[in-house]
Amino acid sequence: MDLRKLKTLIDLVAESNISELEITEGDGQVRIVKAPPPPPAPINYHAMPAPMMQQAPAMPAPVAPAAPAAAGEAPAAPGVPEGHVVLSPMVGTFYRAPQPGADPFVQVGDTVSEGDTLCIIEAMKLLNEIEADKSGRVKAILVENGQPVEFGQPLFVIE
Amino acid sequence: MFEKILIANRGEIALRVQRACRELGIKTVVVHSQADTEAKYVKLADESVCIGPAPSRDSYLHVPAIISAAEVTDAEAIHPGYGFLSENADFAERVEKSGFVFIGPRPETIRLMGDKVSAKDTMKAAGVPCVPGSEGALGEDPAEITRMAREIGFPVIIKAAGGGGGRGMRVVHTEAALLNAVSMTRAEAGAAFGNPAVYMEKYLENPRHIEIQVLADEFGNAIYLGERDCSMQRRHQKIIEEAPAPGIPRRLIDRIGSRCAEACRKIGYRGAGTFEFLYEDGEFYFIEMNTRIQVEHPVTELITGVDLVQEQIRIAAGEKLSLRQRDVVLRGHAIECRINAEDPYRFVPSPGRITGWHPPGGPGIRVDSHVYTGYFVPPHYDSMIGKVLTYGDTRDQALRRMRIALSEMAVEGIQTNLALHRDLMFDANFVAGGTSIHYLEKKLAGLQ
Repeated sequence: MDLRKLKTLIDLVAESNISELEITEGDGQVRIVKAPPPPPAPINYHAMPAPMMQQAPAMPAPVAPAAPAAAGEAPAAPGVPEGHVVLSPMVGTFYRAPQPGADPFVQVGDTVSEGDTLCIIEAMKLLNEIEADKSGRVKAILVENGQPVEFGQPLFVIE
Repeated sequence: MFEKILIANRGEIALRVQRACRELGIKTVVVHSQADTEAKYVKLADESVCIGPAPSRDSYLHVPAIISAAEVTDAEAIHPGYGFLSENADFAERVEKSGFVFIGPRPETIRLMGDKVSAKDTMKAAGVPCVPGSEGALGEDPAEITRMAREIGFPVIIKAAGGGGGRGMRVVHTEAALLNAVSMTRAEAGAAFGNPAVYMEKYLENPRHIEIQVLADEFGNAIYLGERDCSMQRRHQKIIEEAPAPGIPRRLIDRIGSRCAEACRKIGYRGAGTFEFLYEDGEFYFIEMNTRIQVEHPVTELITGVDLVQEQIRIAAGEKLSLRQRDVVLRGHAIECRINAEDPYRFVPSPGRITGWHPPGGPGIRVDSHVYTGYFVPPHYDSMIGKVLTYGDTRDQALRRMRIALSEMAVEGIQTNLALHRDLMFDANFVAGGTSIHYLEKKLAGLQ
C-alpha cells in the first residue's frame, strides 16, 4: 500500500467517527485504530509515524514523542532502524530532490560516500544541501518529501 | 486576531505567553533547544520545534532557526518574551521582513531605546527628566572627561551605551580612578556589546529603582499603569519587586507617568514597555527604557487587573487599547519574589533535577513557574525558575501572605534562594519600605 493512500486513510479515520479501520489489499494489511480523545498533544515533528512497513498501526495524532534525538546517542528512537543516523542540523522543510520533479538525491539501498548530498532542507527561502557525514548504504529514509523538520530530527539511516 | 503565535523564548515566560495565547484562542508554536525538550510548555504547545542544541547562541539566539520554525509552522506572529532576542532590533526587522508580526515595538524604536545615549536624548526631548551626565557618548580627550566628571560631581558612573539591564557599568569615586575606569568600561563594552561607546552619569548614592509600566497602540493611544519599586537588587539583578512603591506620593507618580505616556506618543511607541528611573529626594531620573514585557510584569497585573501579555498580543494584532488612562485603577498591593536555582547566600548556581516542588497557594497567591517535580533545571540558562507573588488589600497583608507562602514552599533536589527571601520578608528595613538599590548588597556584605 503506498504512502499517499495510507495518509488518506489516516486522515479519513481522524476526521470521521470511525474508531477502527482494517483494510486488506493484495498482500498488504493495514489496521488503523483511533485513540480516545487525547489531551492537546504536541505535534513533535520527529515523532510523526514513518511508515516503512506494510503493517503499520498508526495514530492520528502522535501522543508520546520518540526518545529525544540528541546527536550521537546510541539507542535508536523506537521505529528507527539500527545504523548511523543522520540528524537534521537545522529547522526547515525537507526535500528529497534538488527541485520538484527531479530525481531524488538518494534512494534506499544506494551507496553514499561521506560528503555526498543526501537531501535539501529549505529554510528562509534558502536551499541547504545536507551531506552524508558517513559513507555506507542508505538503509532508511525517515522523513517524507516536503515535511517540516526540526533541529536534531533523524533523517536517514546509513549502515 | 492571530490564529497562531510562535513563542521564541523559554522558561516561565514561555509558559506565561502560552497561557495568554490559549485564553485568546490562539494556537501556540513553541521553539526550544534540546535542553528544553521536556519543558511543560513544550508539551502543552499545539506544535513544538527543536531549533538547536542547548547553548543559547545556537538556539534561542539563532535567528534563522526561529524564523524557519515560524515558516514551517505557518505562524503569524512571534512573541520574543524577555531577554534573548526581545530587544534585538535586527531580529525584529528580520521577523517583519519575513512576513511575520513581531509582538513588540517597531524595529526603529527598539534601536532608538537600545542605545542608552540616544534613549536619554529622546527622553530629554520628550520632557522626561534624566540623570545629570555627559551629553552623549564620551570622547577621547582625557581633560574633557575629567572636566565633565568634576562638573557632574563625584561619584560618577561610566555606562556602556550598548549595555543595559545592569551590565557594562562601573562606579568611580575618585578622580584618580576615572580615566582607567573609562578605558576599562570601553574595552568591556566593545567586547560584550560590539559597541565601545560609553557615557557618564552622576552616581546617586541612595536611590530607589522605580519604573513605570506603559501600553501604547498603533493609533497614538498610550497609558501608564502605575509604578513598580524594584530596589531590592544584587549586582543590578532584581530579586524582589512590589507595587505601588511605598511612600511615594501618588501625584508624583501620576506626573512622571503622564510624561512617560506622552513620550510614548511622541516616539510612536507600540506595545508594552517600561521606563526605568532612579528616584531620590522626590526626584525621578530616567536611566533606560525596556521595550519588552518584563519579568516583574505580574506585579502590575495584580494591582490593575490588566493582562499585560494579552494586551501586547492585541496591540500587535492591530487593536486599539481597551483602556483609557482613567480606566486604570490601582488597587491593593503586590509583591514578587524571584525564585532562583542558586545558593541563597553564596549565589552559586544550582542546576539539576528538582526532586520535590511544593509551591504555595491560597488566597492572594500567584505562582508563575514552568518547573515541576522531576524537572531538570538546565545549566545553560539563567537561574530563575519561578516567581512567587502575593496580593493584599494593603502592603502589610501582601507581606504577611508572602511570609506564609514562603514558609509553605519547599524545593528539593536543588538549592534555591528561598532562604534569602524568607529573611528579607522579616528584614526591618524592607518591612518599613523604601530601601535603596544598594541596600541588599550592604546587608549581604554585613552578613559576611
